[in-house]
Amino acid sequence: MAAPATLIRARQLSRVYKLGGGDVHALRGIDCDIAEGGYVAVMGASGSGKSTFMNMLGALDTPSGGELTIAGQSLLNRTPDELAAFRNQTVGFVFQQFNLLPRTPAIDNVALPLLYRGMPAAQRRERAAACLEMVGLGDRMDHHPSQLSGGQQQRVAIARALSNEPRILLADEPTGALDSRTSEDVMDIFDQLNASGITLILVTHEAEVGARARRRIVFRDGRIVEDIQ
Amino acid sequence: MNFAAAVSVALNALRVNALRSFLAMLGVIIGVGSVIVMISISQGAKAAVDAQISALGANSLQLRPGSSFRGGVRGGSGSATPLSDEDVEALRETVPYVIAAAGIIQQRGLTAVVDGVNWSTEVAGTHPDYFIVRDWDIVEGRAFTVPELDGAARVAVIGRTVANELFPAGGAIGASLRISGVPLEVAGILAERGQSSWGQDQDDVIFVPATTMRNRLGGLSTAGVRNPVQSIWLGIDRARNMEAATEEITDLMRVRRNIRIGGTDDFAVVNFAEFLRARNETESQLGLLLAATAVISLVVGGIGIMNIMLVSVTERTREIGLRLAIGAKQADIRNQFLIEAVVLCVAGGLVGMACGAIGALVVESMGQFPVSIEPMIAFVAIGAAAGVGILFGFYPAHRASRLNPIDALRYE
Ligand SMILES: Nc1ncnc2c1ncn2[C@@H]1O[C@H](COP(=O)(O)OP(=O)(O)OP(=O)(O)O)[C@@H](O)[C@H]1O
Ligand SMILES: [Mg+2]
Repeated sequence: MAAPATLIRARQLSRVYKLGGGDVHALRGIDCDIAEGGYVAVMGASGSGKSTFMNMLGALDTPSGGELTIAGQSLLNRTPDELAAFRNQTVGFVFQQFNLLPRTPAIDNVALPLLYRGMPAAQRRERAAACLEMVGLGDRMDHHPSQLSGGQQQRVAIARALSNEPRILLADEPTGALDSRTSEDVMDIFDQLNASGITLILVTHEAEVGARARRRIVFRDGRIVEDIQ
Repeated sequence: MNFAAAVSVALNALRVNALRSFLAMLGVIIGVGSVIVMISISQGAKAAVDAQISALGANSLQLRPGSSFRGGVRGGSGSATPLSDEDVEALRETVPYVIAAAGIIQQRGLTAVVDGVNWSTEVAGTHPDYFIVRDWDIVEGRAFTVPELDGAARVAVIGRTVANELFPAGGAIGASLRISGVPLEVAGILAERGQSSWGQDQDDVIFVPATTMRNRLGGLSTAGVRNPVQSIWLGIDRARNMEAATEEITDLMRVRRNIRIGGTDDFAVVNFAEFLRARNETESQLGLLLAATAVISLVVGGIGIMNIMLVSVTERTREIGLRLAIGAKQADIRNQFLIEAVVLCVAGGLVGMACGAIGALVVESMGQFPVSIEPMIAFVAIGAAAGVGILFGFYPAHRASRLNPIDALRYE
């Protein structure tokens, strides 16, 4: 069996926050390759740089130095609109705090990335409905976030991340705001998605969650200190 | 993202914050409303003056004895030699620009009688050219003719008010009325003119041939002049010849009245239209000033919109971050907020237009100012409101679009 192709390639990746009282080195030269179809848990102490790393992968933040190539495209020296197109089509992001639009039905939340892709309304609805079915919320399409439980809200957020059929799913502590029972439901969905071929990278503090991944990367003080396949 | 989708996103955001949206609109409503009231008033004033000017007749001049009539003040003196029909003929023959000329003798307070109905009115003796000079149409019947003038015929042309008072049932043409016991046949009825700029009813008048006035109705003492008239109305061929005509008329009259070089005129050539226009200029400057005030209130409304949009952008920073994170381009975010601002302003503009139109009608009903509400103001209102939306919405929208996705997402 041939080794799967490298999807993400980071070299000497660094991120420095310039603050008044001195620079904060959130990432200090990360070298890391992640293969297509991988299932990676990013772990480490608070403040070790996990979120900073994830934001780089999701093109939400710009590296201070080094190289970062994802799906054959370098993410350095790109215009804001090129990065927007990348976020729209190549990655899906799931946040700890869900970040759903309030007073907006679940289906419209899920369809949002499709809106920015310029898809016609009828097609958007159809695709969003299919994504909600996939996360088991086919019967909650017109509910507003405030009418959904935490676990359901996170599933809506996952459906939204999936709507554009991204190759990579990034999740920063997706179960951080959930209790252990609902966490498990959410993790089951992630397992299925990875099984269907999507590359999954998630940040977690919980050992049980980390145990589901096939690879664990541990951060400390802006560096990778452990990488267990 | 296409335009329709952007509008629906914007409308949704405004609906979610309905009360605030309304308050933000209030400034634009007041601004657009006051602009419309001011425009309607100044248009109304202009229309009223235009009507007065056209009632004078296009390119007409009046020649009257006595000292000059300048700046709205007539110098005293009725002692100057009266003008006469000979002056009228001389002017008609000699001054090239004159296309019509008519002397007039007016007398107020004469009583006209028809079948025992009395009506006190003004009687004026003149030449048929008078109706040409004053652009005054005969709507029924005809004007009297030059042969009738030469023969001092017993005919009359009556104003609308006189027709209504003496012949309420109609049938005036060919009927007879009496003035000072003299029976006159009604030949024609004049078009309605309404009030003059001095508030006088211009339709309360009976015209007869000047000869009839002098010989049968006993108007005007001769004062040593044959066929005297009180004043002469002159129709000039073109507007651009008015000044040259005034000069030639003045020169001719100075010769005819034996005024030495350097001596002052004992007559005046009056251009009423110019006088009215000059008076209107002050009025329209006042109107401009009021419109400027209204525009300032529109600008204040725009600043209100900008303020509310800046608050909205700050408040929705996380939403903007999320939209950027899932692939909104800078232009998508900018357009979303720009459309919100424009929708707010245009909605405000529509409401303001309605309020302004109602306000203008209220002003009209108070009767102090003439008001003219033109359909054009709808475009002015919508255009001004949309302009304000784009102008004052641009900066907040631009600021929103320049947010960094991760900073915006983390914003507390
Ligand atoms: N916007 C910022 N400005 C300045 N410093 C920052 C900023 N964001 C993060 N940092 C710093 O960068 C370092 C790494 O932060 P990061 O959020 O990546 O940690 P983390 O591993 O995700 O921690 P946690 O598990 O608590 O989420 C921390 O020391 C943090 O203080
Ligand atoms: Mg973190």
